[in-house]
Amino acid sequence: MIDKTNTPREITFRLRRFNPETDSVPHWDSYALNVPDGMTVLEALHQLKAEQEPTLAWRSSCRMGVCGSCGMFINDLPMLACQTQVLHLGTDVVSVAPLPNYPNVKDLVPNLEPLIEKHAAIKPFIIHTNSKEIDEPTGEFLQTAEERESISQFTHCIKCGLCLAACPTVATDPLFLGPQALAQAYRYTADNRDCGLHDRLEAIDVFHGPYQCHLAGACSQACPKGVDPAFAIQLLKRTLVLDSIGFGKRESSLAKVMPLADVVKAIEEFAPPKRTV
Amino acid sequence: MNSNKPTAYNNRLGLKGWVYAGRYTFERYLYLGHRLSGMGLIAYMVLHIIETANRMRGVEAWQGLMALFASWPFKIIEYLLFAAAVFHAMNGVRLLMTELGFFLGKPKEPVYPYSSSVMRHRPLTYIIMALAGLLIILGGSSLFFP
Repeated sequence: MIDKTNTPREITFRLRRFNPETDSVPHWDSYALNVPDGMTVLEALHQLKAEQEPTLAWRSSCRMGVCGSCGMFINDLPMLACQTQVLHLGTDVVSVAPLPNYPNVKDLVPNLEPLIEKHAAIKPFIIHTNSKEIDEPTGEFLQTAEERESISQFTHCIKCGLCLAACPTVATDPLFLGPQALAQAYRYTADNRDCGLHDRLEAIDVFHGPYQCHLAGACSQACPKGVDPAFAIQLLKRTLVLDSIGFGKRESSLAKVMPLADVVKAIEEFAPPKRTV
Repeated sequence: MNSNKPTAYNNRLGLKGWVYAGRYTFERYLYLGHRLSGMGLIAYMVLHIIETANRMRGVEAWQGLMALFASWPFKIIEYLLFAAAVFHAMNGVRLLMTELGFFLGKPKEPVYPYSSSVMRHRPLTYIIMALAGLLIILGGSSLFFP
C-alpha cells in the first residue's frame, strides 16, 4: 500500500553479496533505510552505498530505463532498478539479487556475455541479396508505415537481459538461444529489407532454438520496453513453418530501392510548411 | 588473488527456475503443468510397456496384475494419468495455435502500459482450460461412477 502522506517508511533491504576474491558462495546482508514516496530501488542503492555500505557493487548508467544496465532480481522478479519504485513493491522487506541465469561477477553485477553472444549468433543486421546497393547505395530501400509497424515493437529491445533471467527454459538449458536473440531473429527476418532467413537458419533452426519455448510468457512480463519477446518467438516459429513448406518470403516482396532524387522529392512533398517568422 | 577461485559465481537458477513459477502469470504455471504432464506421460509409456510385458509370465501373473490395477489406489493413479493426458493435449492445442500465430494479435508500436500477446490470447487460454477441466470432470465421473 502506498503511503499518501509522503512520510518516509523504513524498508529493510536484503542485498545479495558476493566478492569473488573472498567468497565461494553469495550471502545475504540486510540494511534498513527510510524510503520516501517515489524513491526507486536504484536511488535506494545509491543512498545505501553512500551512507552504509561503500563496497556495494552494481551496474547502472542512464537512470531512466533506456540503457538497460540496472537489471536486477527484485523481490524474485527481474526488473530495472531505475524504473522500480520501492514503495510500489508493497513489502517492508525488499530483496535485491543479481539477475539469475547469468554468471555473477560481484554483488549485484551479472555478466551479460551469454546474452550478447546469443544476440550476435543470429546475425542481427539486414542481409540483402543486392549487396552492390548495400555497399554503394543509389537510393533508399522503400518501407511503408505498415511494414515498419510490423517490426517496430521488436526494435525497442535495450538488451537489458531481463527476459533471459525470467525464462524458465534458460534456467535449465544454457544453450537455449533465449527470448532476446530469438525476438531479434524475427525482427530482422520480418523486415521487408531483409532476406537473410536462410543465413540465420544455422543458428535458429536448431534443437535449442524457438521450439524449446512453450510460451510461459515470463519474458514478455519482464520486458521493460514492451518488446513482447514471446510474441516474436511464436511469429518466428510460424515463419520457419511457412518457409519449410515453401511459403517463405518471396523476392518480389523485398523492399524496392527508391532513387535518391525521388526520396528528396518525397521529403519535399511531405515537409511541413516553411517558417515565415 | 587465489587462481583456484572462480572469477564469477554460476548464478543459473536450474531446476528451481524451471519449477518455481512464483509471481509470474497464469501461462507460466501452464508451462510448468505442460512439462510435468509431458514427463508423466513419457513415464507412463515406459511403465505401460513393462506392465504389458508381464503377460509373458503367464495368465495367472497377468490376472493378478489386472486385479491390482482394479484397486482404488491404482484407479486414482489412472485418473491422474487421464487428467495429465487431457491437460497436455488441450494445452498442446493452445500452443499449436499460438505457434502458428493465431489469437496473438498484430505487432504494434508499444505504448505504456504495455499489452502483451500473452494477455491478448488469455480468453483462448481460459476457454481451453475450462474445456480441459470439463473433460477431466466427465472422465472422472465415468471412471469412478460407471
